[in-house]
Amino acid sequence: MLRQDTKLNPKLFSPNVEQIPIRKGFGEGLLATGEADERVVGLCADLTESTQMHLFAKKFPNRFVEIGVAEQNLVTVASGMAAMGKIPFVSSYAMFSPGRNWEQIRTTIAYNNRPVKIAGSHAGVSVGPDGGTHQAIEDIALMRVLPRMVVLSPCDAIEAKKATLAATKIDHPTYIRLAREKTPVMTTADTPFEIGKAAVFFAPEKGKADVGMTVTGALTHKALQAARWLSEEGLRVKVLNFATIKPLDEKALVELAREAGAIVTVEEHQIAGGFGSAVAECLAARMPVPIEFIGVRDLFGQSGTPDELLEHYGMGVGHIKDAVRRVMKRKT
Amino acid sequence: MALHEDKIKELEIKANLIRQTIIEALVEAGSGHTAGPLDMADIFTYLYFYGLKHNPKKPDWPERDRLVLSNGHICPVLYATMAHAGYFSVDEYKKTLRKFGTKFQGHPHRDFLPALETSSGPLGSGLSQAVGMALADRIDYGKSGDRFFYALLSDGEHDCGNTWEAVLLAGKEKLGHLIAIVDRNNIQIDGFTEDIMPLEPFAKKYEAFNWHVQEIDGHSFSAIDEAVNRAKAVFDQPSVIIARTIPGKGVKEFERDYHWHGKPPSKEEGAMALAELRTLGGKIKSEHQ
Repeated sequence: MLRQDTKLNPKLFSPNVEQIPIRKGFGEGLLATGEADERVVGLCADLTESTQMHLFAKKFPNRFVEIGVAEQNLVTVASGMAAMGKIPFVSSYAMFSPGRNWEQIRTTIAYNNRPVKIAGSHAGVSVGPDGGTHQAIEDIALMRVLPRMVVLSPCDAIEAKKATLAATKIDHPTYIRLAREKTPVMTTADTPFEIGKAAVFFAPEKGKADVGMTVTGALTHKALQAARWLSEEGLRVKVLNFATIKPLDEKALVELAREAGAIVTVEEHQIAGGFGSAVAECLAARMPVPIEFIGVRDLFGQSGTPDELLEHYGMGVGHIKDAVRRVMKRKT
Repeated sequence: MALHEDKIKELEIKANLIRQTIIEALVEAGSGHTAGPLDMADIFTYLYFYGLKHNPKKPDWPERDRLVLSNGHICPVLYATMAHAGYFSVDEYKKTLRKFGTKFQGHPHRDFLPALETSSGPLGSGLSQAVGMALADRIDYGKSGDRFFYALLSDGEHDCGNTWEAVLLAGKEKLGHLIAIVDRNNIQIDGFTEDIMPLEPFAKKYEAFNWHVQEIDGHSFSAIDEAVNRAKAVFDQPSVIIARTIPGKGVKEFERDYHWHGKPPSKEEGAMALAELRTLGGKIKSEHQ
């Protein structure tokens, strides 16, 4: 059942659950953090409205820089502004930033230790009809491999707003992964959020969990749906939402693995190098248990509706349930 | 006001010492770049001993001008000049360049040497960082700011798209406090720039992007001084000073040969180079240390 103490949206499983694009939460968060802290500046690469930076740009035209279609310049200019004490937020599509400008992010932001906040919107195959060129399913790997980089992957618009506000308050370079499509609102203003902390969204009514799910981003909703089905079938499932991929909440993860003895990881990203890999790296060393991975298996995306694509690439509710059954069989 | 003759002499002597330090450090390191550091010694000397607003005793003084070295591989001249200016020990630099645990990494890294404005090495991203600094300054002070932002670039890194992205943006934003100085030494690793990827008409390219452009002799202190002063006086455009330099300047055997881009002198070559620098190319008999 949904964990009460996490204060999730009670209408989460309703067919009429409110749906808001995750990127919208970023836009509202940036406006709010810009109002609270005048060091915040915004830079965008010709995608101001699409990445929802237009709210900030309209309110603070003097603190907004339109860079044009130049993602390498986007992040290096931001690094220079950070060197002067600004807290720059840069936004583009994840495919272009960090897709196109990775080395500039590495050298001028991470290596240089500048607290630039990189918002990568339109991540995942659920970008839909635009096709594979625009579907970033490699960005978690690109960002979590960088020393100093904090990687945030909010599950809905409310969490995205909190992540944006929290990112301003840390000195680290930070990546915030956003999705384009409308996503069911799972959390509420009262749901706890802290960088580096995972949150239990779903847990058995009583007793120890038989299986643990570790999820990140918009697929959290599908994971919760799968968890509800499985618990109706009598399985005890616990779901942890990781809004922070790096630093990984290893304590919560190891506790879950110890309790459940089997893990399914869920993300809208390549399995190679992504969130599931981070989970596996931790558990292989600290609490080895069978793990099944939901994600894209070494393929590129294509055009389609978000649901068609999630089904095609093995990230639907049915796939998550199948992965749980598979991992249960591997439990010793 | 033109640079006084005495000041020019003083700067020339300093630049000679800095070239000696570069040679000594490279010989000891056994790897590194020779041509660029030698040809930029005059410009670095001018900036750190005359043109730049800075304080070696307070490297983080907020009101200082910012100097962003984009082509990090010429850091031997940055380190040598900063050492002579009093930021750190000349001796430590000469002994530890490129060695394990050193402050003086093969390419500049702020983690090891916090007095640096940026870490750099991969080409093409220094100008945009200086653009970002100038933009931040304008947010805080408008056009009345009195800090200048110097970006030191190589000609070869104008092959990089990122450089031109920054050139476009600086022109659009009319960043009057931005001064780019390009080391126009005509060489890069694989050969002469005009064979590898022609840049000419170089000045016209910058003009077309709405920059204020000057071309000067990069080894003339009076020319450097005049150009920097003129650049500072331009308020509605970013400025570029294309400094024509001789790669390997100061050591005849190294000059104009692109093979010296990325290798250090051997011990013997180093001794020869030092003798040449100390006797001012044979003009005086006894070597000055």
